[in-house]
Parts: sequence; structure tokens; C-alpha cells
Amino acid sequence: MLGPPELGWLVVAPVFGAVLAFLLRGRSWPLVVLFGSVTAATVGGLVPSIADLLRFGPLHYRVSGWGAPLGIELALDGLSAAFLLTTLVVVATATVYALGSLRPAANAPATPSAPISEGPQAGTFWPLWLLLWAGLNALFLSADLFNIYVALELVGLAGVALVATAGGLSALRAAIRYFFANGAASMVFLTGVALVYHAHGTLDLALLATRVAPGPTLSTALALMSAGLMLKAALFPLHPWLPTAHAVAPAPVSALLSALVVKAPVYLLLRLWLDSFRPLAGDPAFTLLGTLGALGMIWGSSQAIRSERLKTLVAYSTVAQVGLLLAAFPIVASAGTWIGIVFLAVGHALAKAAMFLASGGIAAAYGHDRIREMTGFGVRQPLCMYAFGIAGMSLVGIPGTAGFVGKWLLTTAGLSGPAAPWVAVVALSTLFTAGYVWRVLAVAVRSAPTPSGDLAVARLQSWPALLLALLTILLGVAPNLLGEIASVGIPSGPGGTMP
Amino acid sequence: MSWIDLLPPFILASSLIPGVMIFLLPESRHDLRTTLNMASAVVKVVAVGMLLAVVAGGRTPEWRWPLVPGVELLLQADELSLLFVTLSAGLWLVTTVYAVAYLEGSPQRSRFFGFFSLCVSATVGIALAGNLFTFLFFYEILTITTYPLLVHRGTRRALAAGGRYLAYTLSGGALLLVGTAWLFALAGPVDFVPGGGAIDELSRTRPTELRLIFALLVGGLGVKAAIVPLHGWLPVAMIAPAPVSALLHAVAVVKAGVFGIVRVVYSVYGVEAAGELGVLPWLAAFATATILFGSLRALVQDNLKRRLAYSTVSQLSYITLGVALANPLAFTGAIVHLVHQGLMKITLFFCAGNLAETLEVHRVSEMRGVGRRMPWTMGAFTISALGMVGVPPVAGFVSKWYLGAGALQAGHGWVVAVLVVSGLLNAAYFLPILKTAWIDTPARPWPERPEGRRLETAWMLLFPTLVTALLSLLVGLLAAAPFSPLAWAHRIALTVFAP
Repeated sequence: MLGPPELGWLVVAPVFGAVLAFLLRGRSWPLVVLFGSVTAATVGGLVPSIADLLRFGPLHYRVSGWGAPLGIELALDGLSAAFLLTTLVVVATATVYALGSLRPAANAPATPSAPISEGPQAGTFWPLWLLLWAGLNALFLSADLFNIYVALELVGLAGVALVATAGGLSALRAAIRYFFANGAASMVFLTGVALVYHAHGTLDLALLATRVAPGPTLSTALALMSAGLMLKAALFPLHPWLPTAHAVAPAPVSALLSALVVKAPVYLLLRLWLDSFRPLAGDPAFTLLGTLGALGMIWGSSQAIRSERLKTLVAYSTVAQVGLLLAAFPIVASAGTWIGIVFLAVGHALAKAAMFLASGGIAAAYGHDRIREMTGFGVRQPLCMYAFGIAGMSLVGIPGTAGFVGKWLLTTAGLSGPAAPWVAVVALSTLFTAGYVWRVLAVAVRSAPTPSGDLAVARLQSWPALLLALLTILLGVAPNLLGEIASVGIPSGPGGTMP
Repeated sequence: MSWIDLLPPFILASSLIPGVMIFLLPESRHDLRTTLNMASAVVKVVAVGMLLAVVAGGRTPEWRWPLVPGVELLLQADELSLLFVTLSAGLWLVTTVYAVAYLEGSPQRSRFFGFFSLCVSATVGIALAGNLFTFLFFYEILTITTYPLLVHRGTRRALAAGGRYLAYTLSGGALLLVGTAWLFALAGPVDFVPGGGAIDELSRTRPTELRLIFALLVGGLGVKAAIVPLHGWLPVAMIAPAPVSALLHAVAVVKAGVFGIVRVVYSVYGVEAAGELGVLPWLAAFATATILFGSLRALVQDNLKRRLAYSTVSQLSYITLGVALANPLAFTGAIVHLVHQGLMKITLFFCAGNLAETLEVHRVSEMRGVGRRMPWTMGAFTISALGMVGVPPVAGFVSKWYLGAGALQAGHGWVVAVLVVSGLLNAAYFLPILKTAWIDTPARPWPERPEGRRLETAWMLLFPTLVTALLSLLVGLLAAAPFSPLAWAHRIALTVFAP
């Protein structure tokens, strides 16, 4: 089915916005108007497309009428719609937070030494921010490997540069590390793509799905592309670049990086392994992916529980959660029900963004994020505590949250097939996650000496976090809101739709 | 759907919605908060009364909320639900009165009463759950919402106890999740049916799996039901404020576990299938060990609340044992003990709270002559303690009588020996308290009553204590009356054993 041309707005609007933002140079009110317009355009592009998707099934749109293999073709199915919606929600809320931090808080400690051009105050921040958004939208809409590569590059470079906007030597170091990891991953991925083109003369995923046959060239190509994506997703043991980069970046950037940027390669791995290249991916390969995922879950969690700093803790939690997503691949492969992973991924995106924004709010109030020294923050910043707590419950998988829906779907799917051992990993992740979430909440409710001075968090910094956290509850109580969209056209396995 | 089908969700919402509102109230709005609390507790009791009338009329209201296709939340009011939901609603009302007085002047009351309401909502959800999935859903929410109440004081010891509580209950929750999901994968959503029977077919074709699932389910539930060796969190959790301990030991957490075991054995597996699978003797063995272990440990505790906590460990397993005997009389004794133990134990914890709040008495050794200073409180304590020992006509006697009679009928004479030994042990740890309180002379004069106070302590502390003490006497005295808990338990036994 041909999609509506509005689909293109999802990419065009943020790119155009980036140019305008560059001209605006970080002035507050024009930026608000700009973001209002870009968001409106994105909503205007996405909503009718999803309506069509629900009515007619997966959509294609040829930019200026040129189809594959020459032109750019956009595609929308349930999986990409779920990720596009998530991107929209997370970016919009994080933008509110970032815009809120443009205004100096009334009670902010006067630190004349701090350079003014940090994070959202830096002139380069907003164009990069919008380019990142454009890249993510383009990636989720792309239907061929070359476009995907370009979008992936855009996302990676914008992400690196945004980390660097935090200012200071440590940010620069983290950004450089991230840059090299990202660049290496892109090279490896591109080599894989070249091999695919060499073997089949096309990069269109839909065409490939019909042509792919097992063979050494394609297996090598898939392995290379996967290795690149695994490095970008920070899958254990390729993760060491992530914790520093995500911990050092300004809070809204960390939110985007952890919620969406590492999710993009996971999305691509899903597409490649379970759809286009499904005939190539044998059981041993899935076992390898799952094993790395399980190790990552354990390693990330155990590092998180030992972290001295709140943002480092949240960053290691991302390593753990990416691991969990990958550990669910064998379940999905044998049962064919993707939807569990989608809930886990979307739930993690919302929850992780909420956690980073809440941590940012707390850190802004205290002037640091050392966990030991924020005893009793729950009394002073109740909204941030509830946001962190609810998001944490979703990661743990407490019923009534998106995380639980994901875990339930994966557990039931796994137990009805031969993937039962992987269910143990999913169940264990509950306890590992609870460990580090509990550590933060215990500090929050610990009774502290009477607070000296006001440490309130600006409203624009606490409510976005809480809103994201509440969305995980909405998806936990009414999962069909997402489930109906996400299961449209999900490639057919034995049970391609919802169970 | 008629209006009676909306009663179960209404009962759930009657504390959920006020709970959320309480979170949003500023700390200083004491009167409004108390009004909300009391109003919702009263509304809930009235609604439960209506539901009781509906169910007594032979109807079974049910309300379904689809989550994802094939999985739905089912709230359903059968006779067994009504037993538990009436107990929860009634005891919540008296505990609310008690808690308002007990926490007067303490910080963070909006947080406390918010979670207090959520906790009761979860308990009601457990009581009204119509299938195992719904049960799991609310069971896990109960785990989480109880935590902030346990650690309300925010001290190091409270947090350590809270950590241990979470480690135990979340591990139990993970087992329960896997068990529930496994059964779901095998048999679909098994709705609760009095007498079970939905999986009879499976228990013949796949007995090993069903035994494993039973072990997972009961292992998970056994954590909250404090079956040895899974009881380690309960004695430590007595660090919580008195009203929380009272609710926790009488209705909310531990009863959720025991109620779950009743559900699994009688509403899912059914007596026949459970008997064929040979799982019940194991359950009986663990219950017996727990009864004796709890009583022995209670003997050596000087801290009053700790002694009561070990007594709970022991008394809970009376219910489990009665369930495991699979005999109509023993079953009646077991589920009537669910109510009786609740009434008696809540009274005892109220008394402990009164002593601590009024006289700073926390240990048995400090209670010398306290009966003269606080005769009403100690009177209530005496009634309930004698009931626990099994002295007629207090409630505990009735339960034990039925348990013993059922055991003899089923040909398990050894159970009577267990009951006698445990009764003696109960006497050995309760009677010395009574002697200390009534006969010994105080070590030092008790602090005087504040000017103008005619009662021995605040009326809002004393009144709930006397009400529950009176009730534990009345349900024993009037056990033969048509609407006594015993009569209702008979009715349930009829639905279960003679379907």
C-alpha cells in the first residue's frame, strides 16, 4: 500500500528545524516556537500514517516517485511505527526538559566559574538535537540498507557531538571514545552492506527477504553487520564506551542516547535476524546472541549496583537492559512472537529516559550526582523520586507497567516452546534490576538531617520525567494501545501476531 | 453487564483513586487527608456489604479488562473472595482510624497514606482476582506498595529490613511469575473455579510439569505465607510502624500468600488433581515444620513485636496445613482461621503499638504490671492471646477444633498431636506475658496520664483495639450464627467439596 506523503515530514521537518535552530543560536522563545512547529509537523506526519497503517497494513512511500533500487523509499510497518511513536514521545518530553534548563533556576547555586555554553545553552546543541531526531526518524522509516547506513551515521555523529556539548575534559574524552567506537562500528557495518550488494545487487530489505539463500558471503555479511550493530548497541563485551558517554552527557542527551540511540541498532538487529536474513540465522547464532545478552545483563547490573554516581548507575543499567533485549532473541526466534521484545524495548525507552531526566533534576538541585551524598532526596524532590521509582518498577517488570507486559509475553512465549532456558534469564533480570533500583530508592527514603536550604527541582525538569514514567503505567494497564499498532505486518513467524 | 458486575472494580477503585489523590495533597492538609482516608474506607465497607448481599443471593459478579489478546484481568466475586475482601475492608477501616492517630505529627504522611491506600487496593485486587494472572498482577503490586510503608521511618534498620523483605518477596514473585506463565502456556488462562478441575486432563497427561508448576507457585506464595525456610523476612519486618505491622500480619501481605495457596490448591488444581499428583503431603510437612518452628522461636523472643511475628509464622501454617489435608472439615477450619487469626493478630499488634506509643514499652521484660496502667489495652491483649492459645470461646478455639476434627476424619491423627504441642507452646509464650502484665509489680512508676485525658491512651488508638478484640470474642461465641465467618466458611467448603 502506498503511504501518504506526510510520512516524509518526519525527516524533513527536523532537518529544516536544525537549519533554523542554527540561525537562532540558542535564543529561548524562538526555540520554543520552533520545537512546537517541528513536533506538530511530526505528529501531523505520523498520526495519519498510523491510521492508514491500521486500516491497510504496511505502507511504502517513494520520495518524489522514484522507487527502489534507485530512489529513496520509506516504509512503515507496526515495528517501525512503535519505534517512531516512542521517539516522538521521548524527544518531545526531553526537549521540554532541555528548554527548561535554558532558564537559570531561581534557586540555582551561583557558580560563576561554570561556562555558560554547556549543554542546551551551547549554540551547537539545538541543531545537533534536531539532526539526531531526524536521523532516528529516517532510520526507522528506511527500507534499504544504504539508507539505514546513512541514518545510522547521522545518529551516531550527532550523538557524539551532543556528548561533547557537556563541556570539560572528561566530556571530551568520553566523546572521543564514543566517536571511535561508533566510527569503527560504522565501518564494519558498511563492509557488511557492501558484501550484500556484491552478492545480490540490491539493498532493499523487502527484496532481499525474497532472495536470501544461505552461503558464505551472506553469512559473513550478516556477521559483519551484526558486529557493527552490537558495538553500537553496547552489547557486552563491546560496551565500555557507553557508561562514560551516557554518564557524562547533559541529562536530556543521556535520555535520548540511552532510550533511543542504542535502541536503533537493536531494532535493526531484529529486522535483519528475524526478517530479511532469517534463513541465514541458525540456532547457534541465536544462542551466541542470547548468551552475550545474558552476560551483559548480569555484568551491567552488577556494575550498576556498585556505581558511585547516579548517572553512571543509570548508564550501566542501559548495558544490562540491552543485554536483556538480546537475551530475548532466542525466545523470539523460536516462538515467533516479536511483540514481547517491542514492549520491553519501548518500556525501556520510556523508563530510561524518565530515569535520566529525574537523575538530571536531582543532580541539578544538589550540584552533583554522588549517590552517597543525596540521602533523603525523596523528601526534597518527591516528583523525581516517584519518576525514578515508577520507571524502575517498569524495568524490574512489576505488573501494571510496560516492562511487565514485555516480560509476561516473553515468558509465556518461551515456556510454550524450546526456549525455556532463556526464560530463566528474563526472570532473573527482575532480581538484578531490583538490586540497583532498590539501592537508589533506599537512599531516597532514608531519613536525612533536616534539609538546609531549598533544593527544589524546577517544574520543567521534574514533570517531564514523571510524565514518561506514568506512560509506562499507561502501557502496562492498556497495552493494546501499543500492541495493536506494533503487531501490524510484523513478519510472520509461527505466531507473528500477538498470541 | 449489570450494575452488580461493576461492584468489584468499584471496590478496587474506592481506595485506588483516593490513594492517588492523597499523594498529590500537600503535607499540611491533614484534615482533608484524614477525611479522604476515612470516607474511602467507609465507602469500601459499604460496597463490600452490598457485594456480600449479592453473592449471598447466589450470583457471581465478574468484570473483565482485556490487556493483550488472550490475557485479561478478571475481577470476580465468589464466596472465597468475599471472605477475604470482607476481612480486608473491615480491618482496613479500623486500621485507618488507628494509623491516623498513631502517625499524628510524624513527617511524610501524604506518602504514607498514599501507599497505605494503594496497599489495600492491591489486597482487594488479590481477593477479587478471578484467575491466576490477575492474582499475580495484584500480588506483585502489593509487594511493591508495602515497601514504602515498611521503611517509613527511614532508619538504617528499617531500610535493612526493607531490603531483606524485597529480596525475599521479589524472588518469590519471580517464581510465581514463571509458574503462572508456564501454566498459562500449557492450559491458557485458567479461571478460578470452586473445586478446580480445569486442568484434570493435563494432570493425567503431563503430571511432571504440573508438579513442577505447583512447586513454583507454592514456592513463590510460600515466601509471603512465611513457610519455613522462606520466612526470614517476616520477623525482621516488625520494624515497621505498628499499624503497618498490624495490617501486614493480619491481612495484607502474609494473608495474600496463604490465600494464594488456597486458590492454587482449591480453585486451580482442585482436590482431586492435587491428590493424584501427590503434592499435598509435602505441603503438609512444610506446614507442620513451620508451626512448630515458629512457636519454638517465639518462646525466646523478648521484643514483644518480634514474639508476635514468630507467632504469626506459626499461626499462618495452621491455614496451610488445613488446606493440605484436603478434607472438608479441615478446610473449613483453615479458611475460617484466615479471618480468626486476622482479628486476633491485629488486636495483638494494636496493643503492642499502644504500649509503645503510650509508655515506650517494647519488650516483654518491660511489661511488668502494665495491666494496671493500661487495663483496657491489656484486656484486649488477654482475649486475643487466649484465643491464639485456643481457649474457648475465643475465635482461635473454633479454628483449631475444626482442624483437629478434619484431621481425624481424614485419618491423620498426628495432626492432633501437632495441634496439642503447638497449643502448649503458644501457652508457653503467651501466658508469661499475661502474668508479667497483670501480676508482677512495676519496676518503676508508670508515667502519668496527660492532664484532662480520661482514657489510658488516645481514643483513636484504644477504640480500634477494643473493636477487634470484641470481634475476636464474638466470632467465636456466635460461630453457629447464620452469618458468622464459620457459617460462611461452611458455605465455601460446600462449593469446593460438593460441586
